Amino acid sequence: MSFLRIENLSVAIRGGGPLLRRVSLEVAAGEVMALVGESGAGKSMIGKAVLGILPRAAQITEGRIWLDGEDLLALSATARRQRIGAKAALIPQDPLTALNPVRRIAPQITDRLVDILGWDRAKAEARARDLLGEVQIADPDRVMRSYPHELSGGMRQRILIASAFAAEPRLIVADEPTTALDVTVQKQILRLIRDMQARHGTALLFVTHDLGVVSKICQRLTVLYGGLVLEQTDVRAFFKAPGHPYSAALLAATPRHDDPEASLNPVPEAVIAAAQAEVAAFDRSAPHG
Amino acid sequence: MDDIYDVQGLRLSLADMARKPLFGPAPRLEILKGPTFRIRRGEVVGIVGGSGSGKSTLGRALVRLLEPSAGTIRFEGADITHLDDAALRPLRRRMQMIFQDPMSSLNPRHRVGQIIAAPLVLHGDDDPRRRALEALDQVGLPRGFATRYPHELSGGQRQRVGIARAIALRPDFILADEIVSGLDVSSQAQVLAVLRALVRDLGLTLAFISHDLSVIRRLCDRVIVLHQGVIVEDGPCAQVFAAPSAAYTRELLDAIPDPDPDQPWF
Ligand SMILES: Nc1ncnc2c1ncn2[C@@H]1O[C@H](COP(=O)(O)OP(=O)(O)OP(=O)(O)O)[C@@H](O)[C@H]1O
Ligand SMILES: Nc1ncnc2c1ncn2[C@@H]1O[C@H](COP(=O)(O)OP(=O)(O)OP(=O)(O)O)[C@@H](O)[C@H]1O
Ligand SMILES: [Mg+2]
Ligand SMILES: [Mg+2]
Repeated sequence: MSFLRIENLSVAIRGGGPLLRRVSLEVAAGEVMALVGESGAGKSMIGKAVLGILPRAAQITEGRIWLDGEDLLALSATARRQRIGAKAALIPQDPLTALNPVRRIAPQITDRLVDILGWDRAKAEARARDLLGEVQIADPDRVMRSYPHELSGGMRQRILIASAFAAEPRLIVADEPTTALDVTVQKQILRLIRDMQARHGTALLFVTHDLGVVSKICQRLTVLYGGLVLEQTDVRAFFKAPGHPYSAALLAATPRHDDPEASLNPVPEAVIAAAQAEVAAFDRSAPHG
Repeated sequence: MDDIYDVQGLRLSLADMARKPLFGPAPRLEILKGPTFRIRRGEVVGIVGGSGSGKSTLGRALVRLLEPSAGTIRFEGADITHLDDAALRPLRRRMQMIFQDPMSSLNPRHRVGQIIAAPLVLHGDDDPRRRALEALDQVGLPRGFATRYPHELSGGQRQRVGIARAIALRPDFILADEIVSGLDVSSQAQVLAVLRALVRDLGLTLAFISHDLSVIRRLCDRVIVLHQGVIVEDGPCAQVFAAPSAAYTRELLDAIPDPDPDQPWF
């Protein structure tokens, strides 16, 4: 069985409409699954549901989530938190709010190692320093002693990447992990992610809007619109021939470095209207979904 | 007078508190090491460079959220390098910064409508509510979002609230710090179209910090490349992209991943 398996997951806002509509996806050990789709499609919601950190107003109304063969939603809340903490980690979308503004960086990386893996602090700090080096932080000693506001946006994002990798989790949900990085650092980070994955067989759920990045490090991809999966396929097949008009439009809107004349093509309104119609048709066929 | 900004030999250092000895002053960390450039009215200037190279610091200095240690910044001919808060107040409406971290700059306890209207109220706009709703339209968010709280929005939706707040004031100059990096291609296209329309219709001047070179190439007339606090290249976009003169610029261009799984990249 895949390391992560989500089956028919629906999430709704209490007293509001659904945000996820029977989403199913699997990520095997050592595999990178891309999750793409426009702003508000529900990409972060999927990650939050897996990690048990949905906003209080949101609620799972249907479906199952298996992590390493265990049915997470069948566990007690305490057991669930413990399993998730030991096996999975998140690289969150918003790098500043994810770090505690009044604590220095060092303990924010090492706490997990000390609390979850039972390492002693000195060993955890040495590991944290090495990891900061690996994510191309030029001055790890200064950064370990800094507060978040003393660091640039890209530095904070790399700290969160380092801290997600620190405890060698078997699943990482990476929510737009390189949005604050310049392309050279992004490339080094993606190489690092790929190497760590090869070494530890980490399963990766990779949320991104950058199809260039998808083509370089993901094996499979899920296209989401309005909380509904429109397409799920192999990356090579996708770039050869996207299987849904909406995915084809996303691909056409992606800039190419070797084609500077290509103008920015937003997804055509007719394509969006068709995707919306699909969501509406789904709701008619599954009224309580 | 056609320069909106004239920046000469800008230096900025900050106290390195992480290395502060128990007694005595903290050592200084040199962040900006002498950038010199002008920005013409109505121009769209891209600022690119490595993570930690000083782009956000430069942006904060331009809108005078930070005070330079040396050098001068002229805004429409007036030296604003060391103006105090009171003297800066009348300028604040005219220079806006849209921040890199949307969540940290939006008050979590206020609804979106209030967040966008607050600066309008502060500056005595006649109809802040209407302006706020128009600004939501302009960034492609439904008007119904005015009653939501920031935590009820997705990352990209929050980013657009930050943009709506800045453009609602109709400033003369906007410094946008990585504002489209987290957006999908269609939201990106929408935001870029809004910015372009503002530049064209209102004569807005825009400095646009981004690590996304394809966005810079589409949006900007000119691009400044910053590397470790120093400008290594400054020229028209078309020229810099076609024939970069600095090794660092070339390195950046080579690291862009094209959407093609068969093309070797790593
Ligand atoms: N607490 C909440 N209450 C109501 N609606 C919410 C709440 N949190 C999120 N939403 C809505 O749920 C939808 C999905 O949000 P999600 O954060 O998963 O989007 P996303 O695909 O990650 O988008 P982005 O690319 O912009 O980050 C959005 O339309 C958002 O407005
Ligand atoms: N308040 C501060 N105290 C100490 N150092 C700071 C402070 N603010 C920024 N720095 C340092 O200044 C340098 C430049 O930061 P800046 O935020 O300008 O970079 P940037 O080019 O915007 O990078 P990014 O692309 O990652 O956002 C970094 O090394 C950062 O750690
Ligand atoms: Mg998101
Ligand atoms: Mg920055």
